[in-house]
Amino acid sequence: MPPEGARPSLPLLTGSPMNKLRENNALKGWMMLSPLALVLLAFLVTPIIMITVVSFWRATEFSIIPAFVWENYDFLFGSPVTYTVFFNTFKYALITWAATFVIGFTVAYYLAFHIRTQTWQIALFLLCTIPFWTSNIIRMISWIPFLGRNGIANSALISWGVIDEPVEWLLFSDFAVILAFVHLYTLFMVVPIFNTMMRIDRSLIEAARDAGANGIQILWNVILPLTKPGIMIGTIFVVTLVMGDFITVRFMSGSQSANVGRLISNDIALLQYPSASATAIVLLLTVLIVIGILLRFVDIRKEL
Amino acid sequence: MEPRPRSFYVLTGFFILFLLFLYGPTITIGILSFQGENGGLTFPMRGVSLYWFKDLFEQQAVGDIWGSFRRSFVLGLMVMVTTVVVSVMGGLAFRKRFPGSGILFYLIITSLVIPSILISLGVGLMFSQTGLTVHWSTSGFGAQLTWTLPFGLLIMFAVFNRFDKSYEEAARDLGASPWQTIRHVVLPIIAPSLIGVALFGFTLSYDEFARTLLTAGSYNTLPLEIYGMTTNVTSPVLYALGTLTTVFSLVIIGVFLALALVSNRRRAKAGTDAGKGLV
Repeated sequence: MPPEGARPSLPLLTGSPMNKLRENNALKGWMMLSPLALVLLAFLVTPIIMITVVSFWRATEFSIIPAFVWENYDFLFGSPVTYTVFFNTFKYALITWAATFVIGFTVAYYLAFHIRTQTWQIALFLLCTIPFWTSNIIRMISWIPFLGRNGIANSALISWGVIDEPVEWLLFSDFAVILAFVHLYTLFMVVPIFNTMMRIDRSLIEAARDAGANGIQILWNVILPLTKPGIMIGTIFVVTLVMGDFITVRFMSGSQSANVGRLISNDIALLQYPSASATAIVLLLTVLIVIGILLRFVDIRKEL
Repeated sequence: MEPRPRSFYVLTGFFILFLLFLYGPTITIGILSFQGENGGLTFPMRGVSLYWFKDLFEQQAVGDIWGSFRRSFVLGLMVMVTTVVVSVMGGLAFRKRFPGSGILFYLIITSLVIPSILISLGVGLMFSQTGLTVHWSTSGFGAQLTWTLPFGLLIMFAVFNRFDKSYEEAARDLGASPWQTIRHVVLPIIAPSLIGVALFGFTLSYDEFARTLLTAGSYNTLPLEIYGMTTNVTSPVLYALGTLTTVFSLVIIGVFLALALVSNRRRAKAGTDAGKGLV
């Protein structure tokens, strides 16, 4: 974002006209932003406030009652299930992050530094992003013929003689969950990393080569550090998407594994809104803390 | 040209594997949706037929597929138009810093990273506690905007970060009013990016699931309908539906990309180097 008041004519205005101009700017800015502000107020801020309020309410089997009690939080932190489920959530996030980072970085590196014409770069990049614009649910369903008991993976492994009978842990397992996450979210790593890589000044790489660095040294000492902002943005996307997920875990684990999102959606299904709200607030705080830590390493506004 | 290093071929192999990983499963269910009448959810194919597609058009044993498709399509268009308009206004306004713009920026980021189920739960609670009924065109529409607007705005930020301000200054020096500057200078230059924002707006809405789950009310959108089917339909009719929606998405993507290409060409043909900084 450029700083305000960069135009040369401004220094001529001093004192109160300058202030007026600034007020005018703020007014115009807020007028332009009012639709955005209204949407976010109505469908982001108010719902969060609502969840916070309801997390202190009481629930019976049939209804929820306004109150101010800590019992939902007491129950949440008193139950050993909570800790297992949070641990699971972090486990999914960490493994998925590692896999998407390695794959995403490699793909982005290939597109940015090994493809020589811009037309091909754009074409191949689009080929990577098209699945992002199709349905996630369909993309999850499409793993069934691969991973099922009589699926392609099992038949192939049997015909190659690797295994004697079908393995059961391919579909409906943690393995399937993480595979689906990687399948769905690697694009979120490829796009920002590719974006930062394309902005690296190529003369830096030539300079490194002239100074005697080999390919790996260039990758490690020049490209990787310069790509950090893109990696951070990709990390924010992947980590938050995985931590907030409830549908991939449910579908791909065949309801055998749980993460925090599923804990919330189970409570919702049982109409236990106060309890769901308390869990949701804890999840939101956890995600925001993680993002807060990640944002210390990158200025998003500068990197777009 | 210098010869390709060995790493090029290794990485090309990796890239091809990645594409197979991305597209393989979708192509597989594409093939399996032509499964014969007695075929199951996995290979082998028991004949080739259009049976499951016909099934999709004829009987409606569960739910209302075509109704949900219509709703998703209309909702997608609503979200698309709103996303484009609000994002452009936001992008223009955010070029200057003013009191409060920082807070709004962090709200946009929050909207992007917040677990979707919180939006679903929060909007659902808000409507039920105030006595309103949730409906896909009100609560569902708003909930989806919290997902599409951040993407639209991030694209607009990226566009305006690369925007050469001297074009606007030139227009102003020639006596254009602020509105004329936007209408005849800024909008034509950013037009191809707007097509991108529209594509995001439509497809993200059309495929949205988590934020719509508790906010769509009694009339399902298509992703909700498909999700419902996964729990009680165990025949290739699921694949047939998946193939149809994916083909529909691909057509939409194709149309948008073609539009972007045409508008880029037209801009290039107009003979200026305007917007060169955009790429």
